[in-house]
Amino acid sequence: MESNLLFQLIVNGVIVGTLYGVVAMCFVLIYKSTQVVNFAQGEFLLIGAWTCWWLVTSMALPFWIAFPLTFVFMLVFGIVLQMVVLRPLIGEPVISVIMVTIGLSIFFQAVMKSIFGVWAQPFPEIFPVKSVNVLGLQVQPAYLMSLVVSVVIMGLFAWFFKYSRMGLAMRATAFNQQVAQSLGISVKNVFAMAWAISAMVSALAGVVVGMVNGVSSALSFFGIKVFPAVIVGGLDSIVGAIIGGLIIGLLENLAEYADGQYLHLGNLYTVAPFYVLVIILMIKPYGLFGTKTIERV
Amino acid sequence: MISSSLIPCGQFKTSYAADTTLFLTPASRNWCLFGIAVALAAPLVLSNYLLALLIQIGYYGIAALGLNILVGSTGQISLGHAAFFGFGAFASAWLNNSFGVPVLAAIPLAGVLTTLLGLLFGIPAGRLKGLYLAIATFASQFILEDFFSRANWFTGGSSGAQANPINVFGYEIGGDKGFFYVVLFFVLVMYLLGANLLRTRDGRAFVAVRDHYLSAEVMGINLTKYRILSFGISSFYAGVGGALYGHYLGFVSAEGFTILLSIQFLGMIIIGGMGSVMGTLMGTAFMVLLPEGTEAAVSTIKHFTGDIPALTSALAYIKEAAIGLAIVLFLIFEPDGLVHRWRLIKSYWKLYPFSY
Repeated sequence: MESNLLFQLIVNGVIVGTLYGVVAMCFVLIYKSTQVVNFAQGEFLLIGAWTCWWLVTSMALPFWIAFPLTFVFMLVFGIVLQMVVLRPLIGEPVISVIMVTIGLSIFFQAVMKSIFGVWAQPFPEIFPVKSVNVLGLQVQPAYLMSLVVSVVIMGLFAWFFKYSRMGLAMRATAFNQQVAQSLGISVKNVFAMAWAISAMVSALAGVVVGMVNGVSSALSFFGIKVFPAVIVGGLDSIVGAIIGGLIIGLLENLAEYADGQYLHLGNLYTVAPFYVLVIILMIKPYGLFGTKTIERV
Repeated sequence: MISSSLIPCGQFKTSYAADTTLFLTPASRNWCLFGIAVALAAPLVLSNYLLALLIQIGYYGIAALGLNILVGSTGQISLGHAAFFGFGAFASAWLNNSFGVPVLAAIPLAGVLTTLLGLLFGIPAGRLKGLYLAIATFASQFILEDFFSRANWFTGGSSGAQANPINVFGYEIGGDKGFFYVVLFFVLVMYLLGANLLRTRDGRAFVAVRDHYLSAEVMGINLTKYRILSFGISSFYAGVGGALYGHYLGFVSAEGFTILLSIQFLGMIIIGGMGSVMGTLMGTAFMVLLPEGTEAAVSTIKHFTGDIPALTSALAYIKEAAIGLAIVLFLIFEPDGLVHRWRLIKSYWKLYPFSY
């Protein structure tokens, strides 16, 4: 019985972990190409999920139209955000950039709460809610769906950065802005594109989570859970982000298992990742896959 | 030499001592003394509501000054200041309730306890900087919040802790008027200490670490020591501010010290001006008055359009959004803060009307 519970929790951990991985990937994408630590990543999920929810319920659009519309909205949103708010801050100290994204995060969260309220709203049923039996485990189809979607996104990311023109331009910009610019890459476009892609993919993750748990401002907590994930993986490694996400997802669920079975401390689920974060920062500050910077006077 | 009664029209310092005085001109010293006199007389004329706002500016201002020493002067980033503020509040209540330490002594002692905690949480700062430090302090905020909800012996758990009013020689200082003088006293002492700290060797070391940490290290400044020391000092301020907050409200509960308050503290010093003692107070005043201003603006709108129920119910969120918006707008349009604007105004009037 207990080993069954453990197994179930591990499966949950993998599913939630891949979602963390996807959001962490978006976070790293922005950090790598524009050197901005985005504290408003969770709000991207929130805005995306609410937009899609609003289109489906209030506008009564079928899901297959609402979903692409959400994507288009987030694309525009990401570009506008980068142009209006982040562009004036290029070259400013780290603290200013961090504070702007934190300010944005508070602002969006308050705006979303005032428009849609604080209560969780369920998505209309798109996938059958009844759990399906996979290898003797009860798994919700939406979770399975999210796993598939996450893996597909990761595949698309890999393709995008390896073969597409824009992806190569982004990698070049991340490597060295000046050289990239002298080779004719528009760094401005790359920055805007990084925010747009990050916003779109986060929105997708938001919609997926919203379908399972309902849409509420709790979604933005994903943006906070991303930090342990990216620190474990290394702030500038996309592969690291995915692995970090998986580790944090698993760790959370294992902490819950240990808590429920042996320790009975309560609430270990939410705090354990932060303890891990501090420990990792103390022993290996650049994470598992991050590049170690060498500084000279 | 210029006569001391006039405001000089430029920099005419001939010695280092003259350059590092607390007040650069006699006029600024006189204005400061005048300001203190006005503050002393304030409870006689102001209503309790305005006094409550001033008290808020006082205790938040003390904590914000600590953060400004850490962030503005030493260049370290802390996203966990509210947790230290809360720890100070709990520590003071705990010392008073469990050991019978008089409140007036418990407040600085709470500051000392918070300093110890700050030194502990500052250890990562010895190794980390920039973003990594920001994220580490972010984690410490969550860890401490979790600690507050767990440690029943210290915080009273979910029911919170009782904080007694200040009692001096059997005479209880109650009410806004009495407490105002207590806060004013602490504000004066802490701000004087803060302003003087930046004139000392250690204060200059902080600034050197901020400006270029590698060069500072080459010049013989012990980076680890000064980074952790800066955390300790900032925690002391947070602890004292938090203790005052606790004894003012009479009740401390863990819900008050969330990440949002940490962000508000950072907002205060950004809006006021990083690394400026005077600016900290301006920024704190701005941050405390912002929700009041938002409320006034909303009620003005309602005055013209009639009652809009949606606006009334969204007021709490509008206030929250205003905080975020103020931070973003200040960083884009006035990154040096209110104190920079104030200096521009002063320098305009200094040579008026012959500014060229």
